[in-house]
Amino acid sequence: MLPVGVEHYLVVAALLLVLGVFGIFLNRRNVIIMLMSIELILLAANLNLVAFSAVLQDLVGQVFVMFTLTVAAAEAAIGLAIVVIYFRNRGSIQVEDVNLMKG
Amino acid sequence: MNWTSALPEIVLACCGMAILLFGAVQARRDTFHLASMLTLGSLLLAAMLAIAAPLGLAYHGQFVTDSFSLFVKLLVLVGAAFTVIASLDYNEHENLRRFEFPVLVLYASVGMMVMASAANLMTLYVGLELQSLSIYVLAAFARDRLRSSEAGLKYFVLGALASGLLLYGVSLVYGFSGSMQFDRLAAALADPADVSPGLVVGIVFIVVGLAFKVSAVPFHMWTPDVYEGAPTPVTLLLGTAPKVAAMALLVRAMATPFGHLLAQWQQLIVLVAIASVILGALAAIGQRNIKRLMAYSAIGHMGYVLIGLAAGSAVGVRGVLLYLLTYVFMSAGTFACILAMRRRGEMLEQISDLAGLGRRDPVLALWFTVFMFSMAGIPPFSGFWAKYFIFTAAVQSGLWALAVIGVLTSVVGAYYYIRIIKVMYFDDPVDAFDPRPASLSMLAAVSGLFTTLFFVIPAPFVGAAEAAAQVLFR
Repeated sequence: MLPVGVEHYLVVAALLLVLGVFGIFLNRRNVIIMLMSIELILLAANLNLVAFSAVLQDLVGQVFVMFTLTVAAAEAAIGLAIVVIYFRNRGSIQVEDVNLMKG
Repeated sequence: MNWTSALPEIVLACCGMAILLFGAVQARRDTFHLASMLTLGSLLLAAMLAIAAPLGLAYHGQFVTDSFSLFVKLLVLVGAAFTVIASLDYNEHENLRRFEFPVLVLYASVGMMVMASAANLMTLYVGLELQSLSIYVLAAFARDRLRSSEAGLKYFVLGALASGLLLYGVSLVYGFSGSMQFDRLAAALADPADVSPGLVVGIVFIVVGLAFKVSAVPFHMWTPDVYEGAPTPVTLLLGTAPKVAAMALLVRAMATPFGHLLAQWQQLIVLVAIASVILGALAAIGQRNIKRLMAYSAIGHMGYVLIGLAAGSAVGVRGVLLYLLTYVFMSAGTFACILAMRRRGEMLEQISDLAGLGRRDPVLALWFTVFMFSMAGIPPFSGFWAKYFIFTAAVQSGLWALAVIGVLTSVVGAYYYIRIIKVMYFDDPVDAFDPRPASLSMLAAVSGLFTTLFFVIPAPFVGAAEAAAQVLFR
């Protein structure tokens, strides 16, 4: 059986990161999908941190993951709240409708 | 363990909770004004504690207080206090009288102070997120207005993406160097020859995340929209304190842990700086909305600050700090003038609305002129000296091309600043603005006096910036 080394974790994390970034930039449909993509990016970083923490025999990486999870929870709460007020004003959360100001 | 180093942050956070509790208990009464005053008091208290805080590493080397962090913290607190003062009248008129506003500003400044003191990648990330999360909410604070909620949404999505990329970079740096501590990173990376590619990728991700926060090209896309859509006091905040804190963080991260890798990151910073000054100068020309114009102007100014960082020397960092100092006052003053643009109770944002201001309201027009001249870099105003310090540092480090591009773009940039002055003094007058409140007059006067008289007594500021810059290059 193939032994699982740190590089496998890194590849999976890199794939998650790419998925998250593409989810934000190629997604033309729904803002909620963007929030999910952001979550994917944070999880990619978390996976990296845990894998490195195990390889380096160093707990700091795992402690950082606890912080990141907390921050991610706060970020999701704030993001959803902003999406809700946006929906109340605009009546839609389609990405192509977010175009009042040109930029 | 020297826990008192973080006393200003701890006290400020506790004051924030107390004000929040007070506002919640007194929910039936109108507590906006009182909460704002309490917030101003807390910011002042934090500034005094920051001056008195002992210097050195604390919390197992995760938190550092030195003259660099002190300089940045005081500047951040000034920016936050200006925001609260500017919001007093605006929130009154725009029906945003909620006590949460000053508290969110307060928590954003706690985050920024932690950023200024970060000596560990973990502290860096947590401080940055506390700052960002507070400002996402502030940008969407006018929750019944579409423009504000759209600004909040855009800022949130792109800001969270930038934080995610920064976090990914942090994880790579941690993995490939084995530490998150700035001093240990510096020791581990002392020999640039054995730096792994993974580490360089990590540094690039960190620079990308922070470049987004300072709105440097090519990560500036959010800036014009968020500046335009957010309530104007929040735009004032965005244009002052977070820029200072994020830039200070970038400087500290590049100079301390990655200081030996100057060759690796210098090229990156040079490219970003050139792109920022050029875009800031060209894209602002066609703008009609003054808040959008200020956004492009901010992009350009951050480009000049990055030129100082690209110099990679103590002189360059001194220039960075002096530029940020003068920029906070110029920017806050300009937004105080923009906040005074109100006719029959309606906020105005078009440049054409300023027509004839020189005859209708000479004092306001005078301050506006001072800020525009200063931003254009015309002596003797402070903006000129800031650019002077930056360009000397670039020349001393041999970055001639960068200095020349900087001077040329500031000439182009002068066009749109001076166009505003032309509109104010030479266009046919339209109706006068509503009488402006004392808070805005005071804000404009304080910033204007600082901008005008900076050249009379520059010594204490230059000395403080010099001492702060030396700390990073020992």
